[in-house]
Amino acid sequence: MTWTQLLPNLIKGAEVTALIAVASTLLGAVFAFAAGIARVSGGRLLSAIALTYIEIFRGTSLLVQLFWLYYALPLIGISFDPIATGIFGLALNIGAYGAEVVRGALVSVSEQQREAAKALNFSGAHTMIHIVLPQAVIEMMPSFCNLAIQNLKDTALVSFISIADLSFHAQSLRNLTLQSVPIYTLTLLIYFAMALVIAAAMRWLENKLRRGAAFPKGAAS
Amino acid sequence: MNPIIRFSNVTKRFGALTVLRDFDFEVKQGEKVTLIGPSGSGKSTVLRILMTLEPFQEGTLTLAGMPYHEPDGHGPFKAREKHLRQIRSHVGMVFQSFNLFPHMTVLRNVIEAPVRVLGLSRNEAECRAVDLLNMVGLADKKDHYPSQLSGGQQQRVAIARALAMRPRVLLFDEPTSALDPQLVGEVLGVIRSLAHEHDLTMLLVTHEMRFAREVSDRVCFFDKGQIVEQGEPERIFSSPEQPRTREFLASVLG
Repeated sequence: MTWTQLLPNLIKGAEVTALIAVASTLLGAVFAFAAGIARVSGGRLLSAIALTYIEIFRGTSLLVQLFWLYYALPLIGISFDPIATGIFGLALNIGAYGAEVVRGALVSVSEQQREAAKALNFSGAHTMIHIVLPQAVIEMMPSFCNLAIQNLKDTALVSFISIADLSFHAQSLRNLTLQSVPIYTLTLLIYFAMALVIAAAMRWLENKLRRGAAFPKGAAS
Repeated sequence: MNPIIRFSNVTKRFGALTVLRDFDFEVKQGEKVTLIGPSGSGKSTVLRILMTLEPFQEGTLTLAGMPYHEPDGHGPFKAREKHLRQIRSHVGMVFQSFNLFPHMTVLRNVIEAPVRVLGLSRNEAECRAVDLLNMVGLADKKDHYPSQLSGGQQQRVAIARALAMRPRVLLFDEPTSALDPQLVGEVLGVIRSLAHEHDLTMLLVTHEMRFAREVSDRVCFFDKGQIVEQGEPERIFSSPEQPRTREFLASVLG
């Protein structure tokens, strides 16, 4: 097969990879904000639950987590289709790392901002949502960009739970044709292109947030 | 008339360090009181306790008759948020470092709390905000962001923001200490005009002695967590009785 004959198969896999990467990043962001906010201002119980979640998913292998969700969970009566399992597993994982990013950024907003909010009699929830979070989100963006790209690359592991993603298609094409060089070169290039798209999208988002907030780097005092 | 602020036997400790010891202090409604003294003498702590930014360990404090601790006998540091918010609704504070919200325009900074906390309509809040910004001379900057303003302008916005909540007591914690010397005057000018507001009670911590003399009804000299001497500004500045007051004034007035 020529390169142009290989490409359509790989593109088909890349579409699945893109779907899983985007969906798990978005769901992961929800987990990250929930756990990160709970760590900073959730009270003792919520903070302990969030910490347990973070430590478990940071401290165990993603591949084993996926195997557990895919093979073990159905045995105790809960099963999803493979794609949903892949998205959920990756999201839990990226969410655990993201939670620490959220926590760090929330803590970095100066105490004086919280005091000013208190002096204006804002509630705790209002202070978090309208004063602290908008300032912290901008600080989170560079780390979120790293995590999103890391997550894209981690999606390759879902091929082990029978999802026909980019890596899965590359592997089956190689088994069929034994043309390792063109297949894996193309696969790398496709992952790289998707990573560039994510980086560009995250940079766009960061700039938009920064402009919306209208305070240039370092000028927040 | 009952005092609007009454500290009685208040003790405030930071760990092993006692910042206020058996502190008694009363302020009448509408009174303008300046707290002066060396740094670390506890002046700012008095304001921070009043703003509920710091708990205290012993004694009682009331604002307009409301105790800072709840009537059912909880200690002051157990006071519940709801009760504290009721107290906070009467008090405003202007900070040394302005603490404007950097992600909001000047106008948003001023209307945010009236809209979200007091429940004013956006139109009404904006009308009031523009009036207040006019008063501090910054209505033309309403669409600017704090990072685009000078320190003096930021502090004037911070004063407008505090006033927008219509506090009965306004606290100024070294409002000009973070400013370049040429910007001090514009902020003092705004505070001076507020000093004519008959009903507004003002507590001011400052190192601007000439200003303190000019705007205060009463000056209190603090040292080591206690008021060493207090009285009308003319008397404190021209004939202080206590040696420590004399020493301090000699050191700052040169």
